[in-house]
Amino acid sequence: MLTAILAITALSVSFGLLLGYSAIRFKVEGDPLVDRIDAILPQTQCGQCGFAGCRPYAEAIAAGKAEINLCPPGGEAGMLALADLLGKEPVPLENEGPAKGEKFIAHIREDECIGCTLCIQACPVDAIVGAAKQMHTVIAEQCTGCELCVPPCPVECIDMVPVKTTLSNWKWPFPNSDDQELEAQEQQS
Amino acid sequence: MITSNPGHWDFHGGIHRPDKKSLSAGKFLGKVPLPEILTLPLQQHIGSMAEPVVTAGEHVYKGQIIARSTEYIGAPIHAPSSGIVLGIEEHPVPHPSGLSAPCILLQTDGKDEWGELPEPLPHYADLDPSVLRERIRWAGIVGLGGAAFPTSVKLNHGPDRPIQTLVINGAECEPYITCDDLLMREQADRIVEGIEILLHVAEAQECLIGIEDNKPEAIAAMRRAVTESGLQNVQVVQVATRYPMGGEKQLIKVLTGKEVPSHGIPAEIGVICMNVATTAAVTDAVIAARPLLSRLVTVTGAGITSPGNLEVAFGTPLPQVIQLAGGYTDQAYKLILGGPMMGFTLGNDSIPLTKGSNCILVASQEEAPAPDRALPCIRCGKCVEVCPAQLLPQQLYWYARAKDLDKTREYNLFDCIECGCCSWVCPSHIPLVQYYRFAKTENWAMEKEKQQAEKARRRHEARTQRLERLERERKARLRQKKEALEKKTATNAPDPKKSAIEAAMKRVAEKKARQSRENEEH
Repeated sequence: MLTAILAITALSVSFGLLLGYSAIRFKVEGDPLVDRIDAILPQTQCGQCGFAGCRPYAEAIAAGKAEINLCPPGGEAGMLALADLLGKEPVPLENEGPAKGEKFIAHIREDECIGCTLCIQACPVDAIVGAAKQMHTVIAEQCTGCELCVPPCPVECIDMVPVKTTLSNWKWPFPNSDDQELEAQEQQS
Repeated sequence: MITSNPGHWDFHGGIHRPDKKSLSAGKFLGKVPLPEILTLPLQQHIGSMAEPVVTAGEHVYKGQIIARSTEYIGAPIHAPSSGIVLGIEEHPVPHPSGLSAPCILLQTDGKDEWGELPEPLPHYADLDPSVLRERIRWAGIVGLGGAAFPTSVKLNHGPDRPIQTLVINGAECEPYITCDDLLMREQADRIVEGIEILLHVAEAQECLIGIEDNKPEAIAAMRRAVTESGLQNVQVVQVATRYPMGGEKQLIKVLTGKEVPSHGIPAEIGVICMNVATTAAVTDAVIAARPLLSRLVTVTGAGITSPGNLEVAFGTPLPQVIQLAGGYTDQAYKLILGGPMMGFTLGNDSIPLTKGSNCILVASQEEAPAPDRALPCIRCGKCVEVCPAQLLPQQLYWYARAKDLDKTREYNLFDCIECGCCSWVCPSHIPLVQYYRFAKTENWAMEKEKQQAEKARRRHEARTQRLERLERERKARLRQKKEALEKKTATNAPDPKKSAIEAAMKRVAEKKARQSRENEEH
């Protein structure tokens, strides 16, 4: 009886020490879950979720303070990936983003720009160049299409234009609609 | 080590289908006359788009570089004839999308005047391979078998990958196409000279030339040329006629018995593979210092009056080429660029021909019938039997259809060479290759999106850090000012001058008060 108690106590103490030591020795810096959520988010930094960028939203999700359906640019695919990662039930998107597959970027009508720098201050990824009273322009390659530069512009010279399809970003279409009929037939049978 | 018994190995799968090569085989219809305007796409190769170095109105000579390659994987573009640059405009290009891309428009002056060319290098054997690679790069040579991958990049395999075997691809396995066949029949010496150069550049020990046995004339011509050259380590190997024998990995397997690893390149197993037309272009670049300006193109099919092969300067509009082949017949139904297996349908003929255009197939309705309606997959496994890449086409089909991109990669989608054997044998007429092409571009797009997101994340982080730093600096400045002010007021108190003045003022005030009191008393 006493031997058993002593043996169990000795074991618990040794495991406790081992675990306590490991917790200090192998401490994980930062929150890996936040990183993994952040990796799924589209990094547009648009703030449509109500947070000041993708990382703060990821932190809120990780802390359980925000739903996973607040990111329109990520779309349904992004929401499903988040649900998969967190083991949550998929929820319908709060507000639908633009039609899927269509990407827009900002374009400044340079003749009309008065050089107020307000859009530069609004851009979350520093994709607008220019200086006070000088014409501004968007670096198309870096623009995430977040639209944050549009409302501050006092002369409304910023348009959101669809990204042009070129040889380098053209995609083969999904094989023709015959297949959808087929699917319908399969479902019927 | 020399490969013993080359050509006695076999590749998995493949199909037999009527080769239809007799329509155009051995027929050379001549050189297409220079058109008034040449349309030269800046992207005629795999890699980065060439950057124009000419402006509208500039006069250029034949062979002058008009667009240079800016990145390692790329190729320059030369003026195929002398004339005046009209401008750089968007123009439809040979691409499955049917999209327009930037092209240099060159109005020819009919003089065909050569510009300044570099020194010919007939004594290439004394030169360092890097000098010859540079020359091949200058000449804008890309794989002329259809893929158009820059040849100089292929030859730069690196010192850690020594090359044992140079494989020369004369298989030309795709039905209808005969331009390589013609080149081997007529210009075997030019090809063999190119082989000698390539053996030196790649520092390879042997060369195996693979030709399908449906081209006996080409085999005879190449054997004669090899014997005459006296090269001991070059061998013409007759291989069976089976599609896709001319696939790079398939031909290497048949000739050497070695398998190119998944996601790998032939140089990893000590092999480099070159098309015969590419090899001939190397001869021109090194011996004659001529850049790549034209190529042989097969124009064939029941929709063409007199099918055959033509020499076409790059940038020549397709209708002019068709015209020299006698024009369209009543049967013309579908216009295909490339062969019937791997080519793609063109919406119209308003495109120029480029470095990668090896065949124009104007098919009749019997030759290229509209695809039958796709039926459900019955999992018969025929596609697995014929797949030369030994993939599982039906699994890939299910995953591509479900848009499960991770799974498609897991099932080695990117080892698919899009040969079309699976679609050809599919009893349900499922357009399998279309699904793989769709899944490939989707995968690329996703990869690109990920990279973009990563870039945006880094830029956003950098911005947040900068704003924080600026805020910190601003606060620090404020604090400093405040401290300086406080210091000042603190040090003000014991100022001797001020206290002296104050004391004096006090004394004056007391004096005044005393005087006024005295006045009152009187």
